[in-house]
Amino acid sequence: MGRVLLVARVALRDLRRRPTEAVLLLLVITATTTTLTLGLALSRVTNDPWDRTRAATAGPDVVAAMFAPGPTAPGELVALRRAPGVRAATGPYPVVFADLRVRDIDVSASAEARDTAPAAIDQPAVTDGRWIFPGGAVVERGFADALGVRVGDPITVAGRALRVAGIAVTTAQPAYPLNTPGQVWLARVDAQWLSTRPVAWVLPLRLADPSAAPVFAGAHSTPAIRLRPWQDIRDRSVALVAIEQTALLVGSWLLGLLAVASMAVLVGGRMAEQIRRVGLLKAVGATPRWIAVILLAEHVLLALAATVVGLAIGWWAAPLLTNLGSGLLGTPGTPALTGLTVVEVAGTAVLVAGAATLVPALRGAGTSTLRALTDPAHPPRRWAWLIAVSAHLPVPLLLGLRLAIRRPRRTILSLASLVITIAVIVAALAMEHYAAVLSARPAESGHLPGLGNPLVDRVDQVVLVLTVVLSILAAINAIFITWTTALDAQRACALARALGATPRQVSAGLSAAQLIPTLVAALLGIPAGLGLYRLAAGGDAGLTPPLWTLLAVVPAALIGMAVLTAIPARLGARRPIGDILRSE
Amino acid sequence: MEQAVGRAVLRTRALCKRFGRGDALVRAVDDVDLHVAPTETVAITGPSGCGKSTLLHLLGGLDRPTSGEVLLAGSRVDQMGERALARLRRSMVGFVFQAFHLIEELTVVENVELPALLAGRSPRAARRRAAELLDQVGVADRAAFVPAALSGGQRQRVAIARALSNDPLVVLADEPTGNLDSAATLEVLRLFDTLRRAGQTLVIVTHDARIAATADRLISMRDGAFVDDTRLTGATTSALSVLAGLEG
Repeated sequence: MGRVLLVARVALRDLRRRPTEAVLLLLVITATTTTLTLGLALSRVTNDPWDRTRAATAGPDVVAAMFAPGPTAPGELVALRRAPGVRAATGPYPVVFADLRVRDIDVSASAEARDTAPAAIDQPAVTDGRWIFPGGAVVERGFADALGVRVGDPITVAGRALRVAGIAVTTAQPAYPLNTPGQVWLARVDAQWLSTRPVAWVLPLRLADPSAAPVFAGAHSTPAIRLRPWQDIRDRSVALVAIEQTALLVGSWLLGLLAVASMAVLVGGRMAEQIRRVGLLKAVGATPRWIAVILLAEHVLLALAATVVGLAIGWWAAPLLTNLGSGLLGTPGTPALTGLTVVEVAGTAVLVAGAATLVPALRGAGTSTLRALTDPAHPPRRWAWLIAVSAHLPVPLLLGLRLAIRRPRRTILSLASLVITIAVIVAALAMEHYAAVLSARPAESGHLPGLGNPLVDRVDQVVLVLTVVLSILAAINAIFITWTTALDAQRACALARALGATPRQVSAGLSAAQLIPTLVAALLGIPAGLGLYRLAAGGDAGLTPPLWTLLAVVPAALIGMAVLTAIPARLGARRPIGDILRSE
Repeated sequence: MEQAVGRAVLRTRALCKRFGRGDALVRAVDDVDLHVAPTETVAITGPSGCGKSTLLHLLGGLDRPTSGEVLLAGSRVDQMGERALARLRRSMVGFVFQAFHLIEELTVVENVELPALLAGRSPRAARRRAAELLDQVGVADRAAFVPAALSGGQRQRVAIARALSNDPLVVLADEPTGNLDSAATLEVLRLFDTLRRAGQTLVIVTHDARIAATADRLISMRDGAFVDDTRLTGATTSALSVLAGLEG
C-alpha cells in the first residue's frame, strides 16, 4: 500500500509540475473516449420507438406492392389475401406519385387513397388533428416537419386544393427522409383523378406468424409484386443511426490513432527530461520496474480522468444522435451506460496512454543512471543524401529539411496525424459534394428542393463534428511538435543564428520542418480520404469532388500549418543566442 | 591613442551588462572600453565568472548590452535589429566556442560549409572553401567524419575552420582550449598563432595564461571590469611562446 501511495504521489506531483501538458493530454484522450462512448452508445440503441409506433398503428407484418395502372386492383395482388399464413388484410389501396405544393414549395409526394373509417391493419396513428375526410389530407409526420406544414394549412395535391386534416405516423414504410417521396393520405373521394394516372397498389397483410414475414415475402415475391417484411422496414427506419454509428466508430478509431500520435509527441517531446528524471529516481534507489510503473501511472491517471469526462460527455450527447426523427412515436431515450461500455472506453484510454508511454518507460529504465543524468538526449539522426539535397535549397528550406530529418520518429508521427486529419477532411468534402448533388436534384430524389437532404444533413453534422475534433487534435499536435522541435533544436538554431542566419530564416525553417511533412501528408491524405469515403459510403460512392476542390486541399493544408506554427516557430527563434549557448 | 581608436576594427565605449536587480544585481560587464586594431590579437583573461564570455557575446552581437556602445567596422552593433545583426555576424564575425558547438548530425565538411551556405554562396563554392579551410587547419582527412568520431583538438580545429568560412573581419574565441587536454591545447594554440601571423584579427577569451603566447595584447578582467591592459612586445611574446611550447 505504501508503494502504491508513493507511486501515486510522485505521479501526481509530476502532473502538477506541468499543468499545460497534463491538460493537453487530458484533452487528447477525452476526445477519443467521448467519440468511442458515442459510437458504442449508438450501437446499443433500442428499437422502442419503432415497436411503440408499430403497436399504435396496427402495423402490417408484410406490405405487398404492385404497379398496375387502372381503376381496380389487380387480381394477382388481391389473391395474396388468401395466401397460406395470412391472418388478415386491408386494402389494396391505390397510390400515385403526385406533385404536392405547399406555400411556394413544389415536391413529389406519394399520395395514398384511404377510407375515412379507420382500418384494422395499418391505420396511421394521428398525432395532431384528425384522420382524413373529404377535402382533408393527412401528412406523414417526418414529411410534415420537413415541409413545415401544420393542421389546417392549405396544400395542393396533383392540382387539387385540400387542407391538412392531420399529421400521422406509420410503420408501413420508413418515415421521410429515409423513404422518399414523402407520404400523404387522401380520402377516396378526393382521389378520383387517381384512375387517370399510373397507379401502384399496396396491400398491408397480417400473418399468423409475424416472425416468418421474411420467409413469406420471399416465397410470394414475383417480378410484378414486391413484398416487404416488417423487419426490413424497421431496419431501414433505424438506418440513420446505423450510418451515424459507422461514422462515429470509424471516427473513434481514427481519433484513437491520432490520440496515440498526439500522446507520443507530447510524451516524446520531454523524453530528455523524462530520462533525466529516471536517472534521478534510479540514483535514489528506484528499480527499473518501479520507474516504468511511475511513468505509466501518470498517464493512466490522466486516461482514467479522460474516461470519466468522455463517458459523461458521450452519455449527455448520445440522445442528440439517437433521435430517430419525428417519423416514430417517442424517442429511444438516453442509451444505457453499461458496464461493458465503461470497460471498453476505459480500456481504450489506458491502451492509448500505455502505448504512448511504453517507449520512454522502457528507454528510461534501460538507460544507465550516469548517462540518464548527464546526457539524456537521444542523438539526432543523420540522413546524408537529404543533407546534401538541402544544401541546394534556400536557407529556410535548408534549415527546415535538416530540422525535420534530425528527429525522423517525430516527423513520422506528425506525418501520420496529418494524413489522418487530411483524409477525414477529404472524406467530408466528398460527402459534402454528394449532399450538394443530391440537394440539386430534388425531383429525382424526392427530397425537398432548397432544403437539402435531411438524411445527409444529419450524417454531415456527425462528420463535421468528427472533422472539427480531429482538426483540433491535429492543430494541437502541429503546435506542440513545432514547439518541441524548437526546444530540441534550440542549440542548432542558435548556432545557425550565430553563424549568420536571421531570426526570420530560423523561424521559417522551424515552420518549414512542419510544412514538409504537411505537403507529403496532403498528397497521401487525398487518396486516403477518397478511399475512406468510398469505404464508408459503399456502393453509393459514385461521386467524387471536382479535382480543383481536392487540389485546393494542398495549399489550404500548407497555409493552415504555416499559421499554426508561426507563433511557436517565432518564439523558438527569438531566445537570445548567448543564453542558449551559455546553458549548453 | 586617438590614432588607435580611429582605426579600430572593434570598439566598445562604457559597455555594461547587468543581470538581476537589487541585492541580486550582477555586473557581468562593467563600464568596459576596448579598442581592437586590424590584425591585432587580443587575449582577455581572468577567473571564471569575471564576465569574459559575456563580453565576447556582446562584441559579437549574440547578446544585448544594458548600456554602452559596441562598434564593429564603424557600425553600432548595440543598435542593430536582429536581421542586421545576423548579416553582420555572417560577413564580419567568426565564433569559436569552448564547447565546439558543432552540429552532431553533420559531417566535418558539412559543418564548415554551413556559414557559407547561410550566406547564400553556391553549394559548390561553399564546399570548395570548406575543403581549403579543413586542409589549412589540418583535418582534411576527417572531412567525412561526424564530430563524435573526432578528438577534442580536432573538433576545435573544425570549429576554427567554420569560424573562418566567410573570411570574417574578426574571430571571437570563447575559451577555445577550455575543454581540451594539453596536447590538443597546443594544437589549437599553434593554429591561433598561425592565424595571428596571417593577419587575422582575433579576440580570445580565456582563463589559460598560455594563450597569451598567441596575443599582441593581454587584458585582465575581474568582476566585469578591465584591471590591466598590457601590450606584449615581440620579446615577451617570444618568451611566452617558448613557455607555451610553441617555439624553441
